[in-house]
Amino acid sequence: MSEIMIEVAALRKQFGDHVVLRSVDLKVGRGEVVALIGPSGSGKSTLLRCLNLLVVPDGGAVRVGGKSFRFGAGASQPGNRALAGFRAATGMVFQQFNLFPHRTALENVMEGPLVVRRMARAGAEALARGLLAKVGLADKAEQYPSRLSGGQKQRVAIARALAMQPAVMLFDEATSALDPELVGEVLGVMQSLAAEGMTMVIVTHEIAFAREVADRVVFLRDGVIVEDGPARQVIDSPREEATRAFLAHFHRQREG
Amino acid sequence: MYQWDFSILWSYRWLFLNGLWVTLAFTAAIVVLGLVVGLVSGLLRLSSIAPLRWLSQAYVEVFRCTPILVQLVWFYYALPILAGIEMTATTAAVLALSLYGGAFYAEIIRGGINSIESGQTEAALALGMTPAQSMRRIVLPQALKRMVPPLMNQSIIQLKNTSLVSVLAVPDLLYQGQAAAHDSYRPLEIYTLIAVLYFAVLFPLTLLVGRLERRLARAD
Repeated sequence: MSEIMIEVAALRKQFGDHVVLRSVDLKVGRGEVVALIGPSGSGKSTLLRCLNLLVVPDGGAVRVGGKSFRFGAGASQPGNRALAGFRAATGMVFQQFNLFPHRTALENVMEGPLVVRRMARAGAEALARGLLAKVGLADKAEQYPSRLSGGQKQRVAIARALAMQPAVMLFDEATSALDPELVGEVLGVMQSLAAEGMTMVIVTHEIAFAREVADRVVFLRDGVIVEDGPARQVIDSPREEATRAFLAHFHRQREG
Repeated sequence: MYQWDFSILWSYRWLFLNGLWVTLAFTAAIVVLGLVVGLVSGLLRLSSIAPLRWLSQAYVEVFRCTPILVQLVWFYYALPILAGIEMTATTAAVLALSLYGGAFYAEIIRGGINSIESGQTEAALALGMTPAQSMRRIVLPQALKRMVPPLMNQSIIQLKNTSLVSVLAVPDLLYQGQAAAHDSYRPLEIYTLIAVLYFAVLFPLTLLVGRLERRLARAD
């Protein structure tokens, strides 16, 4: 594998008594696309949120690019500035889009460069218009989110994340809240990002998409990685019984 | 049968205007100061530092759970002795009313901030904003819109509460009315006019709040 962009070691997280991640190790190489799959409650979303520290782990280490943090006994909690600097290097796309409703599509995309990068307004606007064009929404720049369809909202959200020129992109069930006919346009944008060589970690229920676009598929259950391998191999001929049982649902759906 | 004679009111017009001006100036001062206190207290209530939360909550409960009239009298008579400072009736009144209003504003502001979905904060943090930037740029602007009607309602109540400062001999509209009533022996006409004046100021404001509420309901 080439240069490692994301490295997670012995990651632990629990909410109260409920252990969500037991001891997770994961490496993602530059330009690699990794799909995290697993039943709900398996910890895949929590793992993703630990990658940009929206969820602060209880133990272990997280590294993205050149920045790393250790957690647990003996390690001090990172401060707000350190966390913000770390998160600025990762882009995240949410299931519920979470666009800023009081800002137009263009302003949503400009927000990060303006506030976090302290870019000049003209430069931020040029960058944002370019990214909106890239996701096929140049003509929606002046619209408020309430006037956009779900698929359009999610594409704006992707542009907003890309505006920070992140080293990696994280997708948290980016198509789960969309009407079926709108899923394709969002997956299309994600696919072209992958083709450009963006390092991506995708939590998804779109097994067919994972098989098509991801280099690797990681199957989680009960807070541990059960299986990790090349996408087609994990999906078409899983080695583990748990993976097979999980995927059986999807194969049945596809046939039915 | 009582013989109404509203013509006597005209000779007191400057007194009423003066009183109305004091009432409005008082309202402006205690609304602005109250909002500042309320915003600080509301934000402290959401702080991650527990003692700051407790402090804010203690303040809110003390001022919400004692009558404003008692607070006014206490600030004027008791606080100067305890703190060893001279205080004019105006200062005491502004202080008490601002802190009283601030306690209610704080609850409105806290509720408004809490009503914004956590996804908004998450998206802002994910972009690399600090919690303070996220609050200022993303959460507060949205929350403020929702807070405007209840904040205006509370401010209307604050305007009415200013009538209590007359007990400290602050020359507001009600105090001047009392003076005119004693002078003219025509309390019925005078207090009727006082009521009409308060109503004339407040009714348009309540209409405005109603309109804002409907517009926000449509926007959501």
